Amino acid sequence: MIVIEGLRKAYGSTPVVDGVSLRIPASGITSIIGPNGAGKSTLLSIMARLMEADGGTVIVDELDVTRTKTDLLARRLSILRQENHISSRLTVRDLVGFGRYPHSKGRLTPEDAGHIDRAIDYLHLGDLADRFLDELSGGQRQRAHIAMVLCQDTDYVLLDEPLNNLDMRHARGMMQLLRRAADELGKTIVLVMHDINFASWYSDGIVAMKAGRVVHHGAPDAIIRPEVLSAIYDMPIAVQDVAGKRIALYYE
Amino acid sequence: MRAHDRRALGVLCILGVVAAVSCVCFMVLGVKAGWGFILTFRGTKLLALVVVAYSIAVSTVLFQTVTNNRILTPSIMGFDALFVLIQTLVVFFLGSVALVSVDPVPKFLAEVVVMTAFAAVLFRWLFLGAERSLHLMVLVGIVFGILFRNLSAFMARLLDPNEQVSLQDALFASFNQIDATLLWVSCVIVAAVSLLGLRLVRRLDVLMLGRAQAVSLGVDYRRTVAMILAVVAVLVAVSTALVGPITFFGLLVVSLAHLMVGSGRHVWVLPASVLLGIICLVGGQTVLERVFAFNTALAIVIEFLGGLMFIALLMKGAARR
Ligand SMILES: Nc1ncnc2c1ncn2[C@@H]1O[C@H](COP(=O)(O)OP(=O)(O)O)[C@@H](O)[C@H]1O
Ligand SMILES: [Mg+2]
Repeated sequence: MIVIEGLRKAYGSTPVVDGVSLRIPASGITSIIGPNGAGKSTLLSIMARLMEADGGTVIVDELDVTRTKTDLLARRLSILRQENHISSRLTVRDLVGFGRYPHSKGRLTPEDAGHIDRAIDYLHLGDLADRFLDELSGGQRQRAHIAMVLCQDTDYVLLDEPLNNLDMRHARGMMQLLRRAADELGKTIVLVMHDINFASWYSDGIVAMKAGRVVHHGAPDAIIRPEVLSAIYDMPIAVQDVAGKRIALYYE
Repeated sequence: MRAHDRRALGVLCILGVVAAVSCVCFMVLGVKAGWGFILTFRGTKLLALVVVAYSIAVSTVLFQTVTNNRILTPSIMGFDALFVLIQTLVVFFLGSVALVSVDPVPKFLAEVVVMTAFAAVLFRWLFLGAERSLHLMVLVGIVFGILFRNLSAFMARLLDPNEQVSLQDALFASFNQIDATLLWVSCVIVAAVSLLGLRLVRRLDVLMLGRAQAVSLGVDYRRTVAMILAVVAVLVAVSTALVGPITFFGLLVVSLAHLMVGSGRHVWVLPASVLLGIICLVGGQTVLERVFAFNTALAIVIEFLGGLMFIALLMKGAARR
């Protein structure tokens, strides 16, 4: 379980994360939704100790993320940020292999090689494994980064807009993969999502943020409602039931 | 073995052979009389060139990895100019007597320590704070470089002519007047920091992914980067003390190394950069000195080519944005 208590972060005098308290249950998918600039990425970065908060705590399975040794935490929690810039040329396989660094500190064992091959397989990167990252499309590169994070094989996985740049088939494949990881391996997965329908379809819980605060937290049924969504996004949003799931319609 | 690795290994082998041939040619070409004397004389010089090539190549690769960019180098950031400034300050406040009469070895060690401390403070302020944009860093580096050089030049002007002359050696890159007494100390220092660096080498690849990704993979970022920057500062100090400042040499060999080996992994880029450095310095010196009988042009040629590389990289970077 992830327990967040009174988390605050401000740039200058502008609060970006404004007193967030949240309990994210273990094993399952929790999606964070909200308009641009709501503070979703900042929250995720602080949860993964990539950014320092001004106040408040994040506890992952009894471990305070700012106090725990960083290499111990790297075996429990992984994160993919929204943007990833690499200045040097690496192949897809090199990149995915870095996911094993917390476990083997750069000396890849046969067991690591197995993890790497499986991650490459899961994300359908077999044909691209020996290509350099700068020779890939945005979506292919995104999949390589996600493969690296999955290769880290942690109980907690935080992904900031994992569906960025993915086509429909790969987006669906990604969500199915994450669903299986949650159901079969008991992983706790936290996603920042822009496609609220994907969030509705695949999540166990949805957290809605606006202006640095958590405004709603509940099951998809409780969040994917016209009045709730319209208030979050400041525009009229209709919701229909389709095949037992709630689907938001906001195209007109 | 995968295709990319095979290619990189092939490139390394070729570079190794060319570097070895350069060294042999440097030693034996045009020896007329007195083999014993010539071999010792040239051997010392060869060792110095190799130490310089190694120090500049390795410090540049490490620096670029830590700052996650491929355009900035310690010397473009003005850190060899810092060394010149320290030398000038010594002459300014203690007189050229200090520069000449003090035992060179302790003086050299003191300079390396001061330089490392200075650079460490500056590096930490620049690279361990918030993430800064590359453009800002290029600007800051250029401003620092100009500041250090002009400060040195200004103070040198205030000196009397005798003292100015003894400073000249330090202010211009020269591959001909290498202080042999410092060479052995340099070798020991370089070997020592290389041993320290060896412990960090597996972390270097992870650092290429940038600060956030390195932290999330469990690298103790601040400590690792501080240690690498200390290694960089020592290597820059050693090479600058031996031959003086050369602004674009590191950029030239490291960029060429990246182009040639393809992969950015340190197992390939580090040795390729060092070998290219040796080829440039030793091969270049052999060609200019023995074949064309020029004596001072190598630094100028290297600066010219390196400068072109710098402009090309800047334009490529600008085009990509
Ligand atoms: N380095 C920064 N300096 C100042 N403001 C920033 C910085 N980074 C992010 N912000 C601001 O913080 C707010 C939240 O950003 P972010 O967490 O990335 O939002 P989200 O991921 O929800 O779109 C935004 O308004 C953004 O402009
Ligand atoms: Mg974001």
